[in-house]
Amino acid sequence: MQEFPRGWGRRRAFPTDHPAGTGAWRGRYSGPLGQGADPQREKLKQELFAFHKTVEHGFPNQPSALAFDPELRIMAIGTRSGAVKIYGAPGVEFTGLHRDAATVTQMHFLPGQGRVLTLLDDDSLHLWEIVHHDGCAHLEEAIHFQAPSRPGFDGASGLPSLAHITVVLLVAAGDMAALGTEGGSIFFLDVPTLTLLEGQTLGPDEVLRSVPDDYRCGKALGPVESLQGHLRDPTKILIGYSRGLLVIWNQAARCAERIFLGNQQLESVCWERSGHTVVSSHSDGSYAIWAADTGDSPTAQPTVATTPYGPFPCKAINKVLWRSCASGEHFVIFSGGMPRASYGDRHCVSVLQAETLVTLDFTSRVIDFFTVHSTRPEDEFDEPQALAVLLEEELVVLDLQTPGWPAVPAPYLAPLHSSAITCSAHVANVPAKLWARIVSAGEQQSPQPASGASSWPITGGRNLAQEPSQRGLLLTGHEDGTVRFWDASGVALRPLYKLCTAGLFQTDCEHADSLAQAAEDDWPPFRKVGCFDPYSDDPRLGVQKVALCKYTAQMVVAGTAGQVLVLELSDTPAEQTVGVASLDLLQDREGFTWKGHERLSPRLGPLPWPAGFQPRALVQCLPPAAVTAVTLHAEWGLVAFGTSHGFGLFDYLRRSPVLARCTLHPSDSLAMEGPLSRVKSLKKSLRQSFRRIRKSRASGKKRTVAGSKLQEANAQLAEQAGPQDVEVTPVQRRIEPRSADDSLSGVVRCLYFADTFLRDAAHHGPTMWAGTNSGSVFAYALEVPAAVAGGEKRPERAVEAVLGKEVQLMHRAPVVAIAVLDGRGRPLPEPYEASRDLAQAPDMQGGHAVLIASEEQFKVFTLPKVSAKTKFKLTAHEGCRVRKVALATFASVACEDYTETCLACLTNLGDVHVFSVPGLRPQVHYACIRKEDISGIASCVFTRHGQGFYLISPSEFERFSLSARNITEPLCSLDVRWPRGATHISHRSRESPKLSQANGTPGIILAPQSCDGSPDPICKEADTPEPPEAMLSPMSIDSATSADTTLDTTGDMTVEDVKDFLGSSEESEKNLRNLSEEEARACAILIK
Amino acid sequence: VRREDCCQHLDSRQDLFELTHSAGQSPFGAEFRRFSLERSKPGKFEEFYGLLQHVHKIPNVDVLVGYADIHGDLLPINNDDNYHKAVSTANPLLRIFIQKKEEADYSAFGTDTLIKKKNVLTNVLRPDNHRKKPHIVISLPQDFRPVSSIIDVDILPETHRRVRLYKYGTEKPLGFYIRDGASVRVTPHGLEKVPGIFISRLVPGGLAQSTGLLAVNDEVLEVNGIEVSGKSLDQVTDMMIANSRNLIITVRPANQRNNVVRNSRTSGSSGQSTDTSLPSCAPPPEPSLEPGEDDSDDDEDIVIEDSGEPRQIPRAAPSAESLQSLTQVELSFESGQNGFIPANEVSLPPVASGAGTEFETRAPDQKLLEEDGTVITL
Repeated sequence: MQEFPRGWGRRRAFPTDHPAGTGAWRGRYSGPLGQGADPQREKLKQELFAFHKTVEHGFPNQPSALAFDPELRIMAIGTRSGAVKIYGAPGVEFTGLHRDAATVTQMHFLPGQGRVLTLLDDDSLHLWEIVHHDGCAHLEEAIHFQAPSRPGFDGASGLPSLAHITVVLLVAAGDMAALGTEGGSIFFLDVPTLTLLEGQTLGPDEVLRSVPDDYRCGKALGPVESLQGHLRDPTKILIGYSRGLLVIWNQAARCAERIFLGNQQLESVCWERSGHTVVSSHSDGSYAIWAADTGDSPTAQPTVATTPYGPFPCKAINKVLWRSCASGEHFVIFSGGMPRASYGDRHCVSVLQAETLVTLDFTSRVIDFFTVHSTRPEDEFDEPQALAVLLEEELVVLDLQTPGWPAVPAPYLAPLHSSAITCSAHVANVPAKLWARIVSAGEQQSPQPASGASSWPITGGRNLAQEPSQRGLLLTGHEDGTVRFWDASGVALRPLYKLCTAGLFQTDCEHADSLAQAAEDDWPPFRKVGCFDPYSDDPRLGVQKVALCKYTAQMVVAGTAGQVLVLELSDTPAEQTVGVASLDLLQDREGFTWKGHERLSPRLGPLPWPAGFQPRALVQCLPPAAVTAVTLHAEWGLVAFGTSHGFGLFDYLRRSPVLARCTLHPSDSLAMEGPLSRVKSLKKSLRQSFRRIRKSRASGKKRTVAGSKLQEANAQLAEQAGPQDVEVTPVQRRIEPRSADDSLSGVVRCLYFADTFLRDAAHHGPTMWAGTNSGSVFAYALEVPAAVAGGEKRPERAVEAVLGKEVQLMHRAPVVAIAVLDGRGRPLPEPYEASRDLAQAPDMQGGHAVLIASEEQFKVFTLPKVSAKTKFKLTAHEGCRVRKVALATFASVACEDYTETCLACLTNLGDVHVFSVPGLRPQVHYACIRKEDISGIASCVFTRHGQGFYLISPSEFERFSLSARNITEPLCSLDVRWPRGATHISHRSRESPKLSQANGTPGIILAPQSCDGSPDPICKEADTPEPPEAMLSPMSIDSATSADTTLDTTGDMTVEDVKDFLGSSEESEKNLRNLSEEEARACAILIK
Repeated sequence: VRREDCCQHLDSRQDLFELTHSAGQSPFGAEFRRFSLERSKPGKFEEFYGLLQHVHKIPNVDVLVGYADIHGDLLPINNDDNYHKAVSTANPLLRIFIQKKEEADYSAFGTDTLIKKKNVLTNVLRPDNHRKKPHIVISLPQDFRPVSSIIDVDILPETHRRVRLYKYGTEKPLGFYIRDGASVRVTPHGLEKVPGIFISRLVPGGLAQSTGLLAVNDEVLEVNGIEVSGKSLDQVTDMMIANSRNLIITVRPANQRNNVVRNSRTSGSSGQSTDTSLPSCAPPPEPSLEPGEDDSDDDEDIVIEDSGEPRQIPRAAPSAESLQSLTQVELSFESGQNGFIPANEVSLPPVASGAGTEFETRAPDQKLLEEDGTVITL
């Protein structure tokens, strides 16, 4: 299992605070290598390269708080690392990060204002606002408030401490906040300024005065557990104390209107919309309903008190919601309350309407939940549409209006890690046909709800980003043997299709068991919801490598137990037998015994396969070590795969092995130990340290004792003479050249197919290249029989492979990538790309060259006579080692047609370097990932157009772009209304426009000036003859071909231009008119 | 302008004949040419080389050129300097020996060569004779065994030391450890502690220890011309390992008592203050070997063609390559001469006066030479 350390720090850096990379690092290579001097080249580099971290895909790691704004229909999620993420409609995303990495415990939207108040576990309050500049909305922290730690805010009054805020309630449309504390006091805060309103504080003593003596009996009320406001009367607050006391407090009159004398420890309170009913939930798993409009005050007994999962002891009901419906059958939704003994470990939310009870059974902890319902005061009923439950590992939304309450598939926030990600791959420019087929296969897998196809309830904001010009597919391989297909074209990472390979194998744990188990209990009425399932049936199923041919819809999936599966997309379900072949990579090498796991035993006989990718052939490597490299050439019908023992070539059209080659070094015994599990690696390190000890002993025998003593004494003396603050046990590093007998030298690191000149300069033909961990490169000339006319028929003759060249890199560093460059120095296109006119045909006239990237150096060799042409020794110069490389095409911002192919490289320090090809000249250099973040560096994958992804947590991909042109980032706006008199309080330094200035194609957005006298500075700059509400600003768009709307912000701009851009002048006029109306009424920020 | 005739020396030819006969071996090719040169304007070596090839009608054969100096030593001619030297020693004749490069017997060069004339000629003419006793080959760059040394003494501040650790063929490990540490520097704000990299341990019997050039607690300042300041321990480790075949480390020795005190620079620092580096002290200049240029020969990958014969990967750029190899040849010959000539001056009697210029082409490969039509079978 891939281990992810717990408590991942946030590695996010925002475009606003990140651009340090660009300027500071650029040109570091200038000087000795003579690149920096040319100003023209520097300008071109600026047009080609720019570094941005653009968006985070996936599910926030360790969420801790949830909030929903029913007016704007946006949702906020806070995390334990202090991140604030706001989501609306797909593509509408905002991210913010608190300065201190403290847990966000509560979040509250100021309804309709695009502002959110967050409470951290260090008792600080932060006000965030969504502000628009450059026409796009951004989330920024405006002000914050730190509760004074001294008891007694004004000293003299002796008031209780404001420390330990337990609950926050926004009252009076968000102008004021009530803060409940652990001490039982309630403080009031002016929200726009975040200052305490002194003299309004409500202490527990004041409340106790209204409580009968027999209830008081000398006990404290305990912490404030809940504060609820009234929808229609903002002066009333429902206060729930931990001890059980509920008070409806009139803040205007400063008196208790009603008192409910609960005696059970309180967990949460819900005030029904009309105000007639109060529901309280308790720590014993019960909830009680109190009548608020009838009866005496104080009320001693609730009208109803039930323990839904009794009679045996139950766990606490942490939160309860009461939602009324026009039908009269109200909803009661609560979390927890499960019978302690039998189901105490379940994570459940129960939904009860009349006689219908469903116990939603989740696989991870429930953080919080809310319903989407009407909040207009004039409506009589809540009429909940949807229930959204935030869990530790995913977000689940149920449609409450459709009978059966089906789950609504989320268009974003997909739990990438539903099973741990073991590998990932990106496919760019997916043909529309294949895209449609994958989408339809995915729809057949999980049928969309018929009625509520568009029922995703969180729809706030507008996505301003243009339709992506090309479709990108992100494939993630998982520990449970699945491969998931994600739509990575835009900001929202959308699940498309899931391929499951486990069905092909017999695994220890059969799925039938769990089904039977579920059937035997019908109380509580559990319903499995969500897809997070971290448990793998068999670690051998784990997917190690994936390759997809986007033209033939064939793919290869290779796994931990040496299984290599060739699959093909089929639109119809089929039942078929999969041909199984095994290939011995040891080639009768003696003296090696495999000590690792067994190979998987495939199911024999015809198996039913649903529509989607269906297996065509299975090859099992022997010994069954994890596959370390795989490549597919659909045109030739060949798949090549490598393990730590060697590599093989398989003709999947004829289902026959072509080649097997052992790469083991005779001294390489560790390769036989099996997969590198934690235990094994400990074993390995122990073994190595023993070996080291033995070595040093062996060398120690030679020296004389006297000599060593003298030397040690000298060393000690020298140590004493040295600086005093040297650590007692400093970290040491041994300096030794790499030797040939390093362990695991035989691991095949990369495989590559190319049509090039290997044997002589006159004839080119199919070749296969393999690179190993010890710096060896094997090149084979392949004899591929021409495809028989008629296509499907298998070729008559077998494929032959002849070893053509064997290159041993002198520095012996692992070979991470191989690519052949054509006569013009461009990488060869993918199979079928040229023959289908999707890429320029390679130049077969000029001499080809092969680029071999090792962990330390890049080298270009001529072909067919292998001689070194250019090289760059990265490690010798920079001291960093190569982790990932990819050839990427960079398009210029200035000129659409100008592109350069460059080598993008991620180092072990987390830096990204870009080199020219084939000159191998360093171009730019950015700090991208923290060097301590090993999982992040290991998970990085580059796209072909200069973007990349890496995991910032087990569940989140950070997307970054190196290209100045090809950027995918959230561009969205939100119609926010601020109450009259509200002012921008943001102290932001105007650093963020950098984001949009540097990149992308400008677009135009009209935005009104808010009438509160805080004009956006950009408005002043924009040189428009119109009133300042017409503003235009650059807008970045993820596309390489969207330059048709290019407008320069700095140039002269007229309203006509703006209208042209908007398409219809009426619309723009209407917009402008709306603006002025808005302006008169209240402040508006943005209309489009 | 006096034109000087170079004439073939009759005696030596007779010697040659005698040798051949006495050995009783199968005939082999040797050839003599005589031509004249203008002593005052000898021209360039390359022109001379072309002339030789022209005279012998061997236009595409690489040859080694040697001459007999006044002490009777066979010395090489391979650049303008030693060519001019050779011409200037002609008295008035100059004996020149030519060998095909691939069959060349480098051991023939050097001291005591032509004094024992017979041996030399035996060696030159009959290569199998000396095969049994392999000489240490000198005079060609690939034959020099680089040794670890202190370099760039003249351009470094005397508190610093640049050490080249050369791992040549030996199986000795480099054998040292480095660690993080703090070093004290003089800055405009006074003394400041800055992080530095130090040598923490020497492996007994390792290269670093056996050369004695590095010591524990030396601060590492540069690795192959790249400053280590600002780099992490792991980065420096990787840099050293990546350069391990030709590792050049600039250190500030912990023990500053062994420093070379040069008059020109004594003002800079006292030489005793160990852990200070004056900011005024200019950073050590880039080493003469620019990274990326020095590594042509230490880093050649091996290609095994399908025939199974390993070969070194040649460098593709021909122009740069030839230039580079030329300069290297120059350097090596200089040192070779420096090493040998003075030592022999005393003991060696001068070579017989009236030595002529002699051209010999040793060509065991008869077929090739027959095709050229330049072979005389004796």
